[in-house]
Formats: sequence, structure tokens, C-alpha cells
Amino acid sequence: MATLSRAASSAARRPALLPPRLLAARAMASSLFGHVEPAPKDPILGVTEAFLADPSPDKVNVGVGAYRDDNGQPVVLSCVREAERRIAGNLNMEYLPMGGSIKMIEESLKLAYGEDSGFIKDKRIAAVQALSGTGACRLFADFQKRFLPDSQIYIPTPTWSNHHNIWRDAQVPQKTFTYYHPESRGLDFSGLMNNIKNAPDGSFFLLHACAHNPTGVDPTEEQWREISHQFKVKKHFPFFDMAYQGFASGDPERDAKAIRIFLEDGHQIGCAQSYAKNMGLYGQRAGCLSILCEDEMQAVAVKSQLQQIARPMYSNPPVHGALVVSIILNDPELKSLWLKEVKGMADRIIGMRKALKENLEKLGSPLSWDHITNQIGMFCYSGMTPEQVDRLTNEYHIYMTRNGRISMAGVTTGNVACLANAIHEVTKPN
Amino acid sequence: MAPANVRAAQAPSADRRLSTLVRHLLPSSPRRTAATAADTSATLESFPTMASQGSSSVFAALAQAPEDPILGVTVAYNKDPSPVKVNLGVGAYRTEEGKPLVLKVVRRAEQMLINNPSRVKEYLPITGLAEFNKLSAKLIFGADSPAIQENRVATVQCLSGTGSLRVGAHYLHPQPTWGNHPKVFTLSGLTVRSYRYYDPATRGLDFKGLLEDLSSAPSGSIVLLHACAHNPTGVDPTIDQWEQIRQLMRSKSLLPFFDSAYQGFASGSLDKDARSVRMFVADGGELLMAQSYAKNMGLYGERVGALSIVCGSADVAVRVESQLKLVIRPMYSNPPLHGASIVATILRDSEMFNEWTLELKAMADRIISMRQQLFDALKSRGTPGDWSHIIKQIGMFTFTGLNSEQVAFMRQEYHIYMTSDGRISMAGLSTRTVPHLSDAIHAAVTQLK
Repeated sequence: MATLSRAASSAARRPALLPPRLLAARAMASSLFGHVEPAPKDPILGVTEAFLADPSPDKVNVGVGAYRDDNGQPVVLSCVREAERRIAGNLNMEYLPMGGSIKMIEESLKLAYGEDSGFIKDKRIAAVQALSGTGACRLFADFQKRFLPDSQIYIPTPTWSNHHNIWRDAQVPQKTFTYYHPESRGLDFSGLMNNIKNAPDGSFFLLHACAHNPTGVDPTEEQWREISHQFKVKKHFPFFDMAYQGFASGDPERDAKAIRIFLEDGHQIGCAQSYAKNMGLYGQRAGCLSILCEDEMQAVAVKSQLQQIARPMYSNPPVHGALVVSIILNDPELKSLWLKEVKGMADRIIGMRKALKENLEKLGSPLSWDHITNQIGMFCYSGMTPEQVDRLTNEYHIYMTRNGRISMAGVTTGNVACLANAIHEVTKPN
Repeated sequence: MAPANVRAAQAPSADRRLSTLVRHLLPSSPRRTAATAADTSATLESFPTMASQGSSSVFAALAQAPEDPILGVTVAYNKDPSPVKVNLGVGAYRTEEGKPLVLKVVRRAEQMLINNPSRVKEYLPITGLAEFNKLSAKLIFGADSPAIQENRVATVQCLSGTGSLRVGAHYLHPQPTWGNHPKVFTLSGLTVRSYRYYDPATRGLDFKGLLEDLSSAPSGSIVLLHACAHNPTGVDPTIDQWEQIRQLMRSKSLLPFFDSAYQGFASGSLDKDARSVRMFVADGGELLMAQSYAKNMGLYGERVGALSIVCGSADVAVRVESQLKLVIRPMYSNPPLHGASIVATILRDSEMFNEWTLELKAMADRIISMRQQLFDALKSRGTPGDWSHIIKQIGMFTFTGLNSEQVAFMRQEYHIYMTSDGRISMAGLSTRTVPHLSDAIHAAVTQLK
């Protein structure tokens, strides 16, 4: 058994920690945690809280990062319901191995690397089940810290805010690279390529495989090829966060194109996969982290070390979501049902993009709204300012994050006209 | 800052879960196991893989991590073709037939969830399922706990006991920097020390040593305590001893961090197994509590647990909870939904709760019965030695006192599988296999010293 005692604090400590002098507090009545500051609210999750608190019958939540159907309701896919029916009463709840469900991992690798991938056949991929996309990124960040302690991570501007938290808590230094071009509401490709060229050789880059969050702006296929080529020249390491495979275009193979390009070019990649959106498994925390290695022996070593990182975090990953994923992907009928359902979700979103843009044009907005249909995936970076967003919320009861990100999943045929009208009102030139 | 040092817990009393946490917090040598002394030359050795010869891979120098010692036991057991083999390494409950068990009440809860079409799979809040958190706090602290009534408890759903320990440890101190170069190993201010616990001579508690070590701990130290059914020894303090521990700790301002992985599973009574914790809460002081439903609800792989922090005031509890979110969000964003939903379904319904207590008691009773049967079998064989510790120890595990030669002998000659520290899982025993095990112990003890 052990005691843990605290010595002098280091500069790396977060403000939440007690300064050493508080260790002198003795009376039982005083709290050892009295100095704890209230933490700032999460910017994304705070939006939904505010939405829920609003009594207006016309309120619209386009902050939510979860899919909604055309009635604004959350959806459980039919393939998921069927998988759960097969699990309940039949399968036990024993511990998974530290690295997670083998079946789930196998199917995940096929999705990301290709059904017939030679890397899978050659057993060159070190892969573990992870706690959705967050967990996969965190395992990789911790792995990076432990085994490549001199490395840093380049993160795109902007990105999902939690990416910064993940690599910060893993204590991997971070830099940013140019990505979004506000003027065109598209990709700043030349800025991006410059950053890639100017980064020290062998840098680590976080890339969104498809449906960039929060901008919805993805490189074209040609641009991905150029990026991949430059990565080869610079010997950079690409780490892909793929949270929307299938959900972006409706076709999982198409959404994995960037990864496949890099693989063809001979890169060794890392990849975080999530089933939160494309299988609607959000709260089940189902995901996978994989790292392509030089050979099978290296893959075995890397996997064993990833397990060592997972073990003191949670010992072994949760079984339920993994069972759902592997039942669906292993059963041809269920898998084909899933493909239909994920395409259905993607198509609805694409339809809403069209509808929103058409509505704005019909209202006579002089601004260009092409980016709404050029962007892809769950989110649209509208280009609205925080002040305009505040007006949307205060005057029109429309909730979104203050960076102007609209979750298209929250848009329905029922509210798209309202939404377009409100956006038009707050953006029209005076 | 000097790199942290671990004085390894005396070999047989190594606490696996703690040593996992310790290995996380400290420079770790991948070759150190629970049985060896602390390795202060903590480096990650690298040996070349085929790829590393002229390799451009960033992972070329990476070494393979050692096999998990307990997993190794099950792997060897699985390979053994003998019809009389017994697996006593398993850390999960087994029935008399040696099968895993899903509780009936858990199956009922599962069906209720399936049959409810309005159930969705949305993200939980960062802190988890609110109802689950409240019910979990009530379960361990008692429904009438003053700390709960005064809103002084911050509870967050975590991934079973391990996850709760980890979030608590990370909250108390951020993850230290580490790498595979000794010069990079610094620990931002956290030192880990052991205190004496297990006495091999008596196979019981080294209470004097425990009190001495806690007395000399610096004020403000955090002390990890097993609420009941100490793993791996099965040795718990008595209620009087707990009271003495409590007084000493409070007088020295030592912060208790309880690990409760066996509530209800140890004695068969949820309240009895929570007595140590409730004693500390009753004095109005603060503590941390890691709770697991892996064993007592058989939810192992669902990873269901909770971290509660009992604070000095309601205001502090609110702030502490907000800080816990900052730890959790970059780790996995929010906890898994399924297992917590099952627990909440059971705990909120008094009929299902009662059904659960009966099934829980049945599991505990079977384990207690195995202890008695093993003890009786050794007595009737006249096996030399005092085996009363088998019935004095409590919970899933027994520290037999067998040495590693005897353990190896039992594996080779009798196909009995256990960890080399002599720990056996009573859950892996049945009425049918007790005779075989006692024959093996008898042979090992009489033929090897």
C-alpha cells in the first residue's frame, strides 16, 4: 500500500492544484480543497445548457454536435437496436483484454485502411480499442509523450477545442498551422503548405481525415496529394482524427480517401476512429486508435505499449459499444443496413445545406453563401461574428457556438426558413 | 527535483492495482513485477527489432512491454490440456460450475433498457449519469449520510475502480512528465511511499508497522486505503483498528483515498462493508472514494464506477466538481453510458435493489463457503501449518503464504494456476475442486519447504 505525498509544486501545475502552503492547514473544519477555483464552462457544452434553459417555443439548437432527424429528435440506428437485441440476455460482461475487443479492432482497421489492405494482412498495424475519438487521441498523445518526448504536435487553426486540451494534458508541446481562410470561408492552401514546409523535419501533424470540425472545409483530393507529397519530403508524421467516416459524403470509402492517399505514398500514419456519429453510439464511447508500423514485430511492441498507457487510465475499455460495433460490421446484412442508414444521415445533412443556402438566396442576401454547400460534414462555419451570433441567440433564440459554427444536424425542414431569416437579418449590410 | 523512489511493498503484499497506478506515476522499468524489489534504475530498455536496422521509423527503438503477470497465468492455464486443471488466478467471480455469472437482476435491467424505445445513446455529461452518481454516493456513504445531506459530496461517474483512482490521482496531482530517458524523468513533486500492511509471519495485519509508518508520514499526505477485502491479501483491519487509523490520520491531516471495489461482496452486507468509509465521513472530514461495480454487480467489462470527493463545504464541492471535469474532458470526454444505466435502473427500484442484495449475498456466501471448505480439507489432511488465515481473510482473494517454488510445483504436478505470490482467487474454486487443491497444497508444503 502506498502513501502519496506532495512536495514543492512545479510550474507545470494547473491552477487547480493546492499551493504548498495549504498543506499546513490543520483544522478539520477547513477544507483542503478550499482554494479550488470554479473551472470555466466548456464552450461547446455550455450552448446546449443555455438552449435547454430557454422557454421560447421557437428556439433552435444548432450548437449540438449530435445528429438529429428531420423532427429534431436524436436517432438510434435500426442496426444498432438489432445488435443490442442480440447482446441482451446472451453475452456476458467479462473484462475485455487491455487492448479491447479484437473483433471490433479488426473491423475498424478494415474500414480505415481498406477491406483488402496489405497492412492488415501483414499485421503491421498496432491497434487498440479506445474511448471514442477523444480516448484515441489521448492515448496517442500520451504515447507520443512517453516514447517521442522531444516531439510536438501541429494542430490546425481552428480545430475542435478539446484537441488542445488533450495534447496539453499529455504535456506534448503544441503549435498551430494555418488551415481556414476566413475571407473565402475555405482552405488557406498556400498558408497550409507553407507551414508544412517551414515546420522542422519529422514534425507531428494532426489532420482531420474528413469533415473538418468546426469549419467543414476539407482539402480536395489533389490538395491531399500535394500535402502527402510534402509530408514525404519533410518526413512529417501524419496523425489522422477520423470522427466522421461515412457521415461526411455518405460513403465510408470516399471519406477515407485522404488516409488512403497517404498510405499509398508510403507514410506510416496514426489514426483515431470514432463510432459516435457514424453509428450514433455517442455515449457508448466506442473508438479505435491505430498506428501503422514497419513490421509485425514492431506492431506487437507498439500495441503492448499502448496497452500500458491505457491500463492505468481505465484498465480495459468498455465492452458494450464494442459488441455493438463488431456485431454490426461482422454481419453482412447488418453492415449493409448500417451503410444505408449512415448514407441517410449524410444525405439529410447535405439536403439541409442546400435548403439553407437557397433560403438565404431567396431572401435576397447580397452575401455569398456558397460555403454552406462547399463545406462538408456536420458543421458549417458560417463566417458570422460573435456579436452576430449573440444577436441570433438573444433576438431569435438560435443557439450555436460563438465562433459562428452551425451544426447542420440541428437544421430541419421545419426550422430552416426561420434560421435563414434570422441569419439574413443579423448579417445584412446596413 | 530528485526522481521519485519507490520502496516496493513487501513482496507478498504488493497491491496490483496500486502498483499499476504507481507505475503510471513513476519512472517505470517494464521488467519490474510485483514480486521484485524496487528497481531504481528505471529506464525503458530498447532492443532492436528487425525494423530498427537502418530503419526510418520513429518507433524503431521501442521495446515491447512485459506481459501482464496475471494474464500470463490465464494464458498458461488455457494451454494446459489436463482435465483436472484449476484456474485460481482469475479476478472475476465464477459459479460453482466455474462459469462467469451475469446477475439475474442485471439481465432484467438490460431488458428494460432494450424494451424502452425512447432510450437514446446521446453523450452523457462529462460528470456522467446524474442519477447514477447520486445513487452511488448513497450506496457507499449511506442514504442518511450528513455529507450527502449537506451537499458536500462531489461525485463523478468514472471507468470502474481504475478510472476513479486515476481521475482522483490526476485531480490531486497532474500527470507527471515522463519519457524513456532517465534524464527526462522528473516527477513534479509527487513522491510515492509504502506503508507496512501485511505481516507474512501471522498472515495478518502488521498493525503496529502500519501505525508507525502513517505516524511518520508528512502532514498533508494522501493515504490509499482499501475499504474492505484488501486485494491481494484479504486482510482487513478490525473496526477498532479502523478507528485508531482514523484518529491518527485526522490528527496528522492525512487525506484518505478509499478504494472500494468489493462493497457487499466481502461480508455479504453492503452496510457492513462500508463501515470503514462511513466512520471517516462521520467525523466531518474530507476524503476521496473510488467505487467499482465490477464485482458486486458483475459488470466487469462495462467499466462502471464513481469517484466521490467529500469536501468541507457545499461550495467547495461545486468547485471541485467543475475541476474534475477538466481532468475528464481531455481523457475521454464523457463516460460510457450502458453500464451506468444498468446500475441506475437497479439502484433506483427498491424491488430490484433487494433482488440485487440477495444475489450479492449469494456470491459472498459461496466464497465464504469455499474458504471454510478449503480450511476443513487441509485440517482433515493434517497439512502442517496454521491455515486459519484462509477463514480469517475476507473477499475474493487469499494470500496462502505459499512461496514461488511451491506455486511452481503445484502448477507442474497438479495443474493448479495462481500468481507466483501465492495469491488464490476463491472465486475460482468449487466444492468439486477443493479436494484437488488441498491435495496440491499438502504435497507442496510437505515436499518443499
